[in-house]
Amino acid sequence: MDRSPLARRALLATLVAILALLALLVPAGPAHAADDVCVPGPTTGCINGTIRTAAGDPAVGIALTATGPDGEHTVTTGPEGRWSITVTAAGDFSVLLDVATLPAGETLRDPSKNPRTVTIALGSSGASLFPLGAPAAGGTGPSPTGGSSAEPGADTSADAPAASGSGITAGRVAQQFTSGIVFGLLLALASVGLSLIYGTTGLSNFAHGEQVTLGGILAYVGCQVLGMPLLVSGILAVAIGAASGWFQDAFIWHKLRKRGLGTTQQMIVTIGFAMALQYTFQFFLGGSPLRIVTTNPRTFSFGDVIITQQSVISLVIAAIALGGTAYFLIATRTGRATRAVSDNPALAAASGISVENIVRIVWTLGAGLAALGGVLLGLYFNATAWNMGATILLLMFAAVTLGGLGTAFGALVGSIVIGLVSEMSSLVIPSDLRYGGALLILILVLLFRPQGILGRAERVG
Amino acid sequence: MDWTRILGQVAGEIVAPTTAAYALAAIGLNIHFGLTGLLNMGQAGFMLLGAYSFAIATIAGWPLWAAVLVAVASAVVFATILGIPTLKLRGDYLAIVTIAAAEIVRLIGRSTSMTRITGGNAGLAGEKYKYTFEELSPFPDGEFSLGPWQYSNNLSDSWWLRIVAWTVVGLACLLMWRLMNSPWGRVLKGVREDEDAVRSLGKNVFAYKMQSLVLGGVLGALAGILFVLPRAVQADSLGRPVTFYIWTILLLGGAAAVFGPVLGSILLWTVLMLIKTVMRDVIPTTVMRSEQIEMFGWVLVGIALMLLVIFRPQGILGDKKELAIRDH
Repeated sequence: MDRSPLARRALLATLVAILALLALLVPAGPAHAADDVCVPGPTTGCINGTIRTAAGDPAVGIALTATGPDGEHTVTTGPEGRWSITVTAAGDFSVLLDVATLPAGETLRDPSKNPRTVTIALGSSGASLFPLGAPAAGGTGPSPTGGSSAEPGADTSADAPAASGSGITAGRVAQQFTSGIVFGLLLALASVGLSLIYGTTGLSNFAHGEQVTLGGILAYVGCQVLGMPLLVSGILAVAIGAASGWFQDAFIWHKLRKRGLGTTQQMIVTIGFAMALQYTFQFFLGGSPLRIVTTNPRTFSFGDVIITQQSVISLVIAAIALGGTAYFLIATRTGRATRAVSDNPALAAASGISVENIVRIVWTLGAGLAALGGVLLGLYFNATAWNMGATILLLMFAAVTLGGLGTAFGALVGSIVIGLVSEMSSLVIPSDLRYGGALLILILVLLFRPQGILGRAERVG
Repeated sequence: MDWTRILGQVAGEIVAPTTAAYALAAIGLNIHFGLTGLLNMGQAGFMLLGAYSFAIATIAGWPLWAAVLVAVASAVVFATILGIPTLKLRGDYLAIVTIAAAEIVRLIGRSTSMTRITGGNAGLAGEKYKYTFEELSPFPDGEFSLGPWQYSNNLSDSWWLRIVAWTVVGLACLLMWRLMNSPWGRVLKGVREDEDAVRSLGKNVFAYKMQSLVLGGVLGALAGILFVLPRAVQADSLGRPVTFYIWTILLLGGAAAVFGPVLGSILLWTVLMLIKTVMRDVIPTTVMRSEQIEMFGWVLVGIALMLLVIFRPQGILGDKKELAIRDH
């Protein structure tokens, strides 16, 4: 396979740019675990609480600041959504939740109760609770009974008629739109490989989500277990991810194609593979969320929109990586050969393209991009986990189907649409259903335009 | 190593209602896949829907027969809605849509906004909907033991449930056997082998596929009821992994074979239990914790699925000539 010097130079430039940006992601100062449990002693007291999302899942990585007689304490919620602060003086503490660190789509149920004041005596603990969810005031229709009543301290009767927060405001629309674009671009990183692999081999790879998880988990292992800086572990994660794609094709999928195993059979093999990988991740790292970085991201605000520094840099990295991929596909010989194989493998083979080599490149590239997506999504979600990829696998399929199965640019367009839909739908439907909206789109697309936005009708049959 | 205890636990898996529920769901999938060649990747969705429908109807005060009918009806509606957009498309589209639809059912079921109806993330407790089934039992209260099997007569994980569950599985096998040898079943096999040939004979392929999807889905919904009778209805316990276990069961036992799903289900759960209990005894907890052994078991299931499809796609009882996995 000949690669033109131009292509190599472009890839190199892309790589350098990504590295430079990853460097910016590295947080200042050492990361320290936030979830060490506080035990009140004779000279200490504790403030603690658990934060759960509106859906009842632990909210990880939310920053809280307690200010009191002995100064200021900062903490973030741990894997179970728990946080605790050790204080060394008795008195009133004002606990402020940093709203910018809430997961996308989550709001405080009662914004007027932030900051809260809690009185702490030495040798004792005090709880400070911040229930998340839609504000109860001005509710439309029958409001859910669960959630609020279960939490002590969340006295719904005292809810002030908060005017803002609920309903669709321009600010919220802009905020969700921004989140949607970020999520969509990160999703695109994960989906491009899925689409290219389908295009060149006809395989719907159900184990592609695990490539995404692999990236996130490797970054976690690099940062938290081996203590490397994020930049190094991020690069290693992408490199190992790409290598895993190469090895997978060389030792599994290439062999199966040579055996003449049909694509449907191969698809079921990928399901078994996905299962084995997921439980392997869980075997080694357990079932709880894993935070890649434990420090709190800095935030910028543009008008009503609050965005973390991480998201901005992730956005740029994703854009560069996707731009590099697009350049590779359009302007290089190998890229053109890839598109040729995607169009018609037999004809491509007849015109002297080595189809198996192209497929190997596609697997390596796709897995590398998925790993990069995994690292950035792990940062975007504030934590990665053994099932992160599996959770977004169907969104990836939805994006790829929407854009047109097998087309790389379709995957990009589809991902952005799916990202926008899943983030913006939480304006009108409960946020724990937001992925459901994206999946519904998948079904509707198949009903009305099964070839997707950029696909051609003949692909379906 | 305490072999009496280990073999006792393994023997428990043979008659367990959960084994029967998986076998029944796999029989439904066999109608979809083994008979018709449909790639339904959302069988767990049918089970969850059946379980919710049954439990919610019972909680609303409906008698047992009506609650079962509600479960069947909801499976029929769900299959129809799924089938209309996808049955005209290629196989892997059906796979993606069914898996997405099952996921939508699960997301809606566990959503906080549905807590009043489905119990949200916590689900519906077993005591709320088991009583109509338990009241129907002809046995006196108490316990009964037979060899390694000792269970309550009527309550929850009971003999009564075991007898009913395996009777239903037996009836489903009978139905499957009659269907496979009926003119209707022959048309389905024709659809599996060559859609266009069947179409050229004047058969409405779409209608046949739809009937197959509905029938297999109804069996899935009934399996869902059997699955939740010894436990609670909880959306996440019937998620995507369950569908994949059902596929492993079907491919292990043999697709398009009448007793394939039953053999597959019994074999999967007994072997898994044997491996896990032996490992728990042999491996010290410092090397592998109890939950890690659980994970290890599932890794083995995943690998078993891969190896089966690659090396013996017809499974144990299946016929290679009747293999439904092929590309159209």
